[in-house]
Amino acid sequence: MTATDTAGAPNVGDIRESYLAQVGRRRLYSGLALLIFVILMVSGFNVADERNAGGFWEGLHQIGDYPGEVLAEAWEKRADLPGLIAKFFPALVETINIAAMSTIIGAIGGLILSLLGTRGLAKWPRLIPLFRRFSDILRAIPEIVIALVLIFVLGGGPVPAMIAIALHTAGALAKMFSEVAENADLKPVEGLASTGATWTQRMLLGVLPQVAPNYVSYTLLRFEINIRASAILGFVGAGGLGYELRNAMAWGPGRFDEAAAIFVLLFGTIVFFDQVSSRYRNRLTEGQAQ
Amino acid sequence: MISVDIQATKAHAEGLFRRKRLFAFGLPALILVYFTYIFFAFDVPGLVQRANMDNARALTSDVWSHKVHITRNNRNGEIAYAVEGERKGAYPEGERPAWVSGTDVIMVDLGGDTIVRFLPDNRTELDIPGFGLIEAQAEGRTVTTNLPADLPDWINASDRRVAITTPAGRITLTGSRTEVFNYFAGWELFWFTLDSSYHGVGIGQILFGAQIDPDRGNISGAAADFWHNKMWRHKDVAWAIGETILMAFLGTMGAAIIALPLAFMAAKRFTPILLLRAATRRLFDFVRGVDALIWTVVLARAFGPGPLTGALAILVTDTGTFGKTFSEALENVDDKQIEGVTSTGARPLQRYRFGVIPQVVPVLLAQVLYFLESNTRSATIIGAITGGGIGLMLTQAIQTQKDWEEVAYYIILIIIMVMLMDWLSGWLRGKLIGTKDG
Repeated sequence: MTATDTAGAPNVGDIRESYLAQVGRRRLYSGLALLIFVILMVSGFNVADERNAGGFWEGLHQIGDYPGEVLAEAWEKRADLPGLIAKFFPALVETINIAAMSTIIGAIGGLILSLLGTRGLAKWPRLIPLFRRFSDILRAIPEIVIALVLIFVLGGGPVPAMIAIALHTAGALAKMFSEVAENADLKPVEGLASTGATWTQRMLLGVLPQVAPNYVSYTLLRFEINIRASAILGFVGAGGLGYELRNAMAWGPGRFDEAAAIFVLLFGTIVFFDQVSSRYRNRLTEGQAQ
Repeated sequence: MISVDIQATKAHAEGLFRRKRLFAFGLPALILVYFTYIFFAFDVPGLVQRANMDNARALTSDVWSHKVHITRNNRNGEIAYAVEGERKGAYPEGERPAWVSGTDVIMVDLGGDTIVRFLPDNRTELDIPGFGLIEAQAEGRTVTTNLPADLPDWINASDRRVAITTPAGRITLTGSRTEVFNYFAGWELFWFTLDSSYHGVGIGQILFGAQIDPDRGNISGAAADFWHNKMWRHKDVAWAIGETILMAFLGTMGAAIIALPLAFMAAKRFTPILLLRAATRRLFDFVRGVDALIWTVVLARAFGPGPLTGALAILVTDTGTFGKTFSEALENVDDKQIEGVTSTGARPLQRYRFGVIPQVVPVLLAQVLYFLESNTRSATIIGAITGGGIGLMLTQAIQTQKDWEEVAYYIILIIIMVMLMDWLSGWLRGKLIGTKDG
């Protein structure tokens, strides 16, 4: 292929040889990469296994024990299950509220950050890197970090979780939003600018209508993720379903019916919102393709 | 005819405008109503009352400063000097901070002319500029002072306990002990603890200066003392970050390895049997729907706390997600390449290897690498629940409610870690499948 033979036409044998050499080298590299990957996986697994409280092979046959116990007890008390589901429904509403609020606030924050951090649209072009780094940092902080610090200051409850998730959401959405906004057509913006529209008006009337379907779609996806996040944050004391789950689990046997009821609620909610949002998102993106 | 048309169009346009106007005002109004509902549902007014601003102040000041405790035990008269009042931050026997002087009468100069004197017989004198001399005597369980009845709000006194907060430092007196806290900016002992012979030695001197510790070379000795720093636990922190990244790596890659063959079973093109396909898809939906939180809880029961449990929780959840996206990618492969490979007489396995895999690999790799970054964050959170990695260290530091400088340190490390993984996954993506735009 890379015949450097300048003296006359390249010989067929040479081409073949160099091709085979290339294939050989490629195979060698792929093999090496695969080998390194396998070594990383195996040694990583061993290290993780070693540092874990219980070993993998000893624990493997116990996986079914806990769900089995929970299910057995829940089945025994299956008559109570509807009552328990009703009992924990307010906690579920709180979990969903945390997710919804943080998604709305995060989407508004992400929208502003993305418009300020997109080339061609930014109000202060010099500050683009600043806003970008800022949303990178927001995106990099795991929700639990902010939530735990805020719980110390504000006390337990839904508000710390809401703020924590909203901050992360703003960072995550800012990145996705600005990727969309980069591809937006600038002509409407220029047209609006020529009429003397302010920056806010240009963004609201010139850019938003173009990007709205994608933005809504990303926001819905984020809502799905945030429901899971708000359940997890409840587990560390931020209220909602996760908090109830931790309490029910701390009781151990005897309260497994409560744990089962919470499992059912959480599972049902996640699947329900996944389905609804994916259907709606499909409609949004299909409508755009037409 | 034409006028009628115009009328109809006008009516139509007006209807359109009305709907738009309704939408434009209705949606914000709806959100506003929801905000109001949340305002009361989350009990924000109550929260404002419950919020502990003292905690907030302690947190913010502790993040960037440290304090040195000087404690006199009034039972035996011994005086201890320690950074943050912790044993691992104690000054070695016979050493004390430079702003402490005297032998019989110990004089503590807090700066700004504020001076505390530890006198014999458990007496204490405080010289506070603008207020005068405060004398205190600890006897048994009580403290007697010459304080007037009318006190400024920075002094809090009863006959059991006296607390004085000055701009220079804080003093608390009880019957059993007298404590002085002197505040300084910065993270003290970050490099070396006080018992290390390298404490207070400049970097130039460690690298190029004379040998400090006769038993060890400067660089190796300093590295060892830094690594085993008991106050900041650099070794444990490094291990914890390694564990977190390991969880993300094992979980993501394991999920990808398991999801790939399953995705073939869920794709219509490769699995004509409807039952098998539906079963695989429901399996994906199930493991995804159960969510990492519940998997963590369930798996922690079987395997105990630790990084392996976290890795497995990520693995199980992501198998569902990967299975779904992989099978969608497999549905969309181009037939022509497979036909081409078939025409050379390839067997089914070879057809998959050379006809299908090259088409889907970019999609799959992009997905896997993106998840590697996002799972680093998840691993931090799961670690906080199941007990492993930097997430656990962070929750422990927060639960002590006083090591906020360590909390700040961990938060910075976590942010750097996630950003590095983000960069690494982007770089790998660029290397393996080319840049997104190119």
